[in-house]
Amino acid sequence: MAAFKHPQILLASDLRDGEVLFLAETGWVRDHRLAQVARDAAAAAALESRGKAELAANKVVDVYLADVEIDAGGAPQPLHYREKARVVGPSVRRDLGKQAREPEEAR
Amino acid sequence: MNAHDQNHAARPNAPTTTYLYDSYDAAFVKARVEEFRTQVARRLDGSLTEDEFRPLRLMNGLYLQLHAYMLRVAIPYGTLTARQMRRLADIADKWDKGYGHFTTRQNLQYNWPKLVDVPDILGALAEVEMHAIQTSGNCIRNVTADQFAGVATDEYEDPRPTAEFLRQWSSLHPEFSFLPRKFKIAVTGAAHDRAAIKFHDIGLRLRADDAGAPGYEVIVGGGLGRSPFVGKTVRDFLPRADLLAFLEAILRVYNRFGRRDNKYKARIKILVHETGLDELKAQIEAEFAAMDRAPFAYDAEEFARIAGFFAPPPYEVLPAGSPALEQARRDDPAFDAFAASNVAPHKVPGYAIVTVSLKPEGGIPGDATSEQMRILAAASERFGFGELRVSHAQNIVLPHVKQDELQALWRMLAAAGLATPNVGLITDIISCPGLDYCALATARSIPIAQAISRRFADVDRQREIGELGIKISGCINACGHHHIGAIGILGLEKRGQESYQITLGGDPTLQASIGELLGPGVGAELVADTIERLVDLYLAERRPGERFIDAWRRIGHARFKEALAREGEHGADI
Repeated sequence: MAAFKHPQILLASDLRDGEVLFLAETGWVRDHRLAQVARDAAAAAALESRGKAELAANKVVDVYLADVEIDAGGAPQPLHYREKARVVGPSVRRDLGKQAREPEEAR
Repeated sequence: MNAHDQNHAARPNAPTTTYLYDSYDAAFVKARVEEFRTQVARRLDGSLTEDEFRPLRLMNGLYLQLHAYMLRVAIPYGTLTARQMRRLADIADKWDKGYGHFTTRQNLQYNWPKLVDVPDILGALAEVEMHAIQTSGNCIRNVTADQFAGVATDEYEDPRPTAEFLRQWSSLHPEFSFLPRKFKIAVTGAAHDRAAIKFHDIGLRLRADDAGAPGYEVIVGGGLGRSPFVGKTVRDFLPRADLLAFLEAILRVYNRFGRRDNKYKARIKILVHETGLDELKAQIEAEFAAMDRAPFAYDAEEFARIAGFFAPPPYEVLPAGSPALEQARRDDPAFDAFAASNVAPHKVPGYAIVTVSLKPEGGIPGDATSEQMRILAAASERFGFGELRVSHAQNIVLPHVKQDELQALWRMLAAAGLATPNVGLITDIISCPGLDYCALATARSIPIAQAISRRFADVDRQREIGELGIKISGCINACGHHHIGAIGILGLEKRGQESYQITLGGDPTLQASIGELLGPGVGAELVADTIERLVDLYLAERRPGERFIDAWRRIGHARFKEALAREGEHGADI
């Protein structure tokens, strides 16, 4: 197992529409700021285990952990630009991505 | 003998130059839709796992990308009817987000379909004789062709009957449904290659032998991606009668010897490279000699049936030139710019080929809104026998427009934002979707294309620069054909940031060449600056009439590298 360097959240895609989802304590959410954060390797493994169970239950697909940092407001923000893109939507045609239905401050 | 209705005739009011399904084709595609409908239902109720479902959805063109599913619709050899284009628009409105993306393989992609809707989308496509079969997966993909097929002045023979013949042979071919990797075939019948046949797994160039009999030069093992190769000729001349059997032999050799242990070495180009051309040719010829060729015997009647669908439309007899066109060009500089870059000569006197650019200033290359698709459909009906083509350069072609009507067509297109006069110029950029949509991408492509498009927006400046192809890929898979751009741009990840390598000297034509790397990658914010410096050097050094690619060949790669390195000393991380 790779060394645990950063807090992590769990991402997946919704089986029905393919939209990116984040695992929160209450279940899957579409706002990454609400995602449950794993702050050590054991918590990350538990998060991944929950996600794989959801995968096996055919609720989501493409489950994986991503490194985050915690912003001033206490919300997780991805470190890698790939996941940064996934949380806000495409950087082009922003009128059509998920950012179009979110408040401005969330973009 | 085959399953098709040999007496099947074109329906009334249908375009005369497009293959039309008979009852066999229609039943086949409809059955496939219903099969996928049950597969989706079984996936949603949990009867199928994702591992079981993935190959099934991929065989039907359905990917899972970063933000949503993506459906890739096949546009056989890039030919569309107005009715089909309207249906693509309707699907975009009903099940997607009001637009579609035309790709470098002459297909169309929807970026936002929901899995639950895809069976209905496929059903709507089937109603207009379209599908998404074999637009993904390790099978023979949509056969592509010259977008000027049947109308080019330099054409020996229309490649579309051959492409359709191959489509029917390769569709659900039981032996080739699980190849080592995907397999792409392109066909041209012209002297100037507009289909990049030397960069496909198989490229076919229609030609005649010394006696005038029709056949093909067969080129194998071209490709881009991680390891780009120019295809190599395995037969200078293959008689038409041997076409299916010989391609069957090539695919069998590839299926048997192609590597399955490493997906990055699984394409036939690697087999050609590792085996050696002479040995591979010997293997193909041995298979061809030994195989039972009876099932693949040339069916001249069937080929003629297919070719009959591509008969020329009912052209009027017109003089070669158009005084009205010449006058309009003199009177209207904007129309003149369009006519200079977007209009090509037609083999029939009085007609012209119009390429509609899907590359407006700052736009997304290849994107068209549903409203633009409907206008293109209407324009094709009003001015061009209801036929459209998609080019691998991500533009739309109206192949039969009267020269006298070019200005009226231009006005119609201009009102819809479809008259950008830049075909073949520096802002006619090929770009893959990149990291904005694609799960494989390592960097964004579209914003780079937009930045370059805005930087060179001035039409007069573009015309002064002249023919220059910029091609951008967001990962090493090279869907944006960066290896064969006169200027190629490849987006990669470097130390956690998007970084762009630039290559020079790529050429997709029969003079085929693969671009050479300029140096280490640059950040996104520096790409347009770097391109501008390359262009400035070209403008300073070129001889009269010399294109960028020709100047680069004459001056040499080192000269461009040196010039940029000197610039880099003043701050740019080049």
